Amino acid sequence: MSRLLVLLAMLLVSAVAWAKEAPPAAADPAIEARMLALASQLRCLVCQNESLAASNADLAADLREEIREMMRQGKSDKQIVAFLVARYGDFVLYKPPLMASTVLLWFGPLLLLLAGGYALFRRIRRRSGAPGPELSAAERARAARLLESPGDPETP
Amino acid sequence: MIPEIGQFALSLALAVALAQAILPLAGAARGDAAWMAIARPAARVQFALLALAFACLTYSFVANDFSVAYVAEHSNTSLPLVYRITGVWGGHEGSMLLWTTLLAAWMFAVTLFSGHLPEDMVARVLGVMGIVSAGFLAFILFTSDPFTRLLPAPPNGRDLNPLLQDPGMVAHPPMLYMGYVGFSVAFAFAIAALLSGRLDAAWARWSRPWTLVAWMFLTLGIALGSAWAYYVLGWGGWWFWDPVENASFMPWLVGTALIHSLAVTEKRGSFRSWTVLLAICAFALSLLGTFLVRSGVLTSVHAFAVDPRRGVFILILFAALVGSSLVLYAARTARIGLGGSFDVVSRESSLLANNVLLTVAAASVLLGTLYPLALDALGAGKISVGPPYFDAVFVPLMAPAVFLMGVGPLARWKRASLPELAVLLRWALAVSVACGVLLPLVLGRWSPMIGLGLALAVWVVATSVVTLRERLRHASSAASAWARLRSTPRAWYGMFLAHLGIAVFIVGVTMDKGYESQKDVRMQAGDTVELSGYTFRMIGISKVQGPNFTATQAQIEITRGGRPVANLYPQRRIYTVQQMPMTDAAINAGLFRHLYVTLGDPLNATTWIVRVQVRPFVSWIWLGCLVMAIGGLLSATDRRYRVAAAIRRAGAAEIAVAQAAR
Repeated sequence: MSRLLVLLAMLLVSAVAWAKEAPPAAADPAIEARMLALASQLRCLVCQNESLAASNADLAADLREEIREMMRQGKSDKQIVAFLVARYGDFVLYKPPLMASTVLLWFGPLLLLLAGGYALFRRIRRRSGAPGPELSAAERARAARLLESPGDPETP
Repeated sequence: MIPEIGQFALSLALAVALAQAILPLAGAARGDAAWMAIARPAARVQFALLALAFACLTYSFVANDFSVAYVAEHSNTSLPLVYRITGVWGGHEGSMLLWTTLLAAWMFAVTLFSGHLPEDMVARVLGVMGIVSAGFLAFILFTSDPFTRLLPAPPNGRDLNPLLQDPGMVAHPPMLYMGYVGFSVAFAFAIAALLSGRLDAAWARWSRPWTLVAWMFLTLGIALGSAWAYYVLGWGGWWFWDPVENASFMPWLVGTALIHSLAVTEKRGSFRSWTVLLAICAFALSLLGTFLVRSGVLTSVHAFAVDPRRGVFILILFAALVGSSLVLYAARTARIGLGGSFDVVSRESSLLANNVLLTVAAASVLLGTLYPLALDALGAGKISVGPPYFDAVFVPLMAPAVFLMGVGPLARWKRASLPELAVLLRWALAVSVACGVLLPLVLGRWSPMIGLGLALAVWVVATSVVTLRERLRHASSAASAWARLRSTPRAWYGMFLAHLGIAVFIVGVTMDKGYESQKDVRMQAGDTVELSGYTFRMIGISKVQGPNFTATQAQIEITRGGRPVANLYPQRRIYTVQQMPMTDAAINAGLFRHLYVTLGDPLNATTWIVRVQVRPFVSWIWLGCLVMAIGGLLSATDRRYRVAAAIRRAGAAEIAVAQAAR
């Protein structure tokens, strides 16, 4: 029995000896992290709707490699994006640039909020202090009946 | 033979739907009781016919009848039984059949639970739903027939898309469609009220439980879809602002506004026209979502060219339904009364402000989803609108909405006092600001978004506690406090829970976005990687044979401080029929963290890319949705919707008389 335990212990020790810390998948983790951060803001051009970072398509893999290469050459994120836009157009950007045709897109929500806020303000001001609707005789009688009858106030 | 029966049932259902669309509405307009009485039996027959058609299609799938083109497209003999059943809604035609069958199920439910409604109301509600049903049945029969034969039959089918061969497929689409289609009931009630001119508290009370149940299904459907995307797409994202997701999220936002607005209309009689408009919009957005997803206009603009009839048909259907209801709304809106008055500071105002924020958020999502399509159609260039845009727009709109969510339940109806509210809320405010500033420091990393998220979550919890305390304020003893809690209506607990669900959800999103960690490594048997205190060790790689796929499977043993935590088995699968590769992530799910392991590409015979992730609090995202849904269900089953139908009928008649006299 004790011999078996020793054998087991030796096996365990040897297993620990074989184990090594797994190396990062990327050659340069810093560039990889930067590339992924940038690629998650870009669209894979051949997929239905996936970011360049998440896509498994061949073109996406090639583009990721191209971005890594440009980063190794010391290009800034801005330069890389400019290069990709020059080649593929604004379609590649998940965050469309502010230009004449996207003014409405970027300021639309703000305009909607202002319009909604204005309508809200006008409505509340008109309604506040306005007299409530007059009760008819029938309604008054019903209200009186309800007030007299004991019961759950939530159930009219 | 069976598919022909199904098709015949569909055709009969269309005939019944047309009768249901015309006669009860005409009867209600003319005051003809016999015509109105057609509504209920027609709806029930329609449900039976659609259930029969659905059963026929299911039978064709189960029996591997590849002479039915739709079955041949979406199934295969090697497909496990459960996916042959769910394959029924794995494609366009079957999805539309599911949509229409669920619509009929909702109509059937209306016939069951409408005993207390006036006959003309039932006739109008079912008549409007009959119009919708007729439109969709015509769409199915003329453009998307699931029973079309394919002769000669192929020996085997082309298989269900492997992405859809997942337990998520069982529950997600039916739940989501139940939500989508459920808003048709609120829509039908709104149109019926516009037609009859009786837009009163009684109308709001009738349509509230239906709206709440539909909202509950939609919440669950969206949450299930998100959870499915999280574990099946392999990289752990749970929301992508994909147009198809947006299509389900827009009705949810407007539906959320609607249930709040209905509450005000029921309790105070205010916001009537606004509530009606929201009910129309919620269903219009459900239809628009169906149109966007089903017409193919989203995945590719060219899908119109493939089968232009489908896109055009559903666009016409959409325009006709929404257009006519808006015209009706415009014509009748002047006659809608105003209801009770209220002050600038009041519960009504805070709910109205929240409504504005929710609808602006929905409109912004709509803008971002349609903008690229519109630009492309105008020839003004191709752009993409993705997560960076939606995040930038959404957070500034939702943060004040969540803030108001804490104030609303404490503000009095009609007129609240700011100083009083400030006194009530000062501690809640102090605690949430302190938590927003300090908690991230304790957790190890501070950023504005983490601070904001945690502050908002704590705010919701703290204000909920204050609301509960206010409810018990005048209770002198434990016994009277208990009595107060027991007499508190279930709807109030529903609201309480749903708001707490939002807090749980915000915690999940904030913690996961703020503190997730991941590593991509090359691993062979025996290698280890450390992440956030967990040690992941690859034990080995093996081949596994599934029912209709082969897989490479890694065994990853996870320990923490030498103690075993779990063994995970991530896979790379190849589905044999379509030869499609799939990543099957392995997750060890806990309440406070998920350990998420994905097997990537092989580098050589023994070394693989492996991604390990530690996702703190990520399950709270879906837990929060579940809590919200339970809240919705609690509210929908409130006592006052269930009992005293007779009293209510008398009351409704009295109100009608009073309104007619006014």
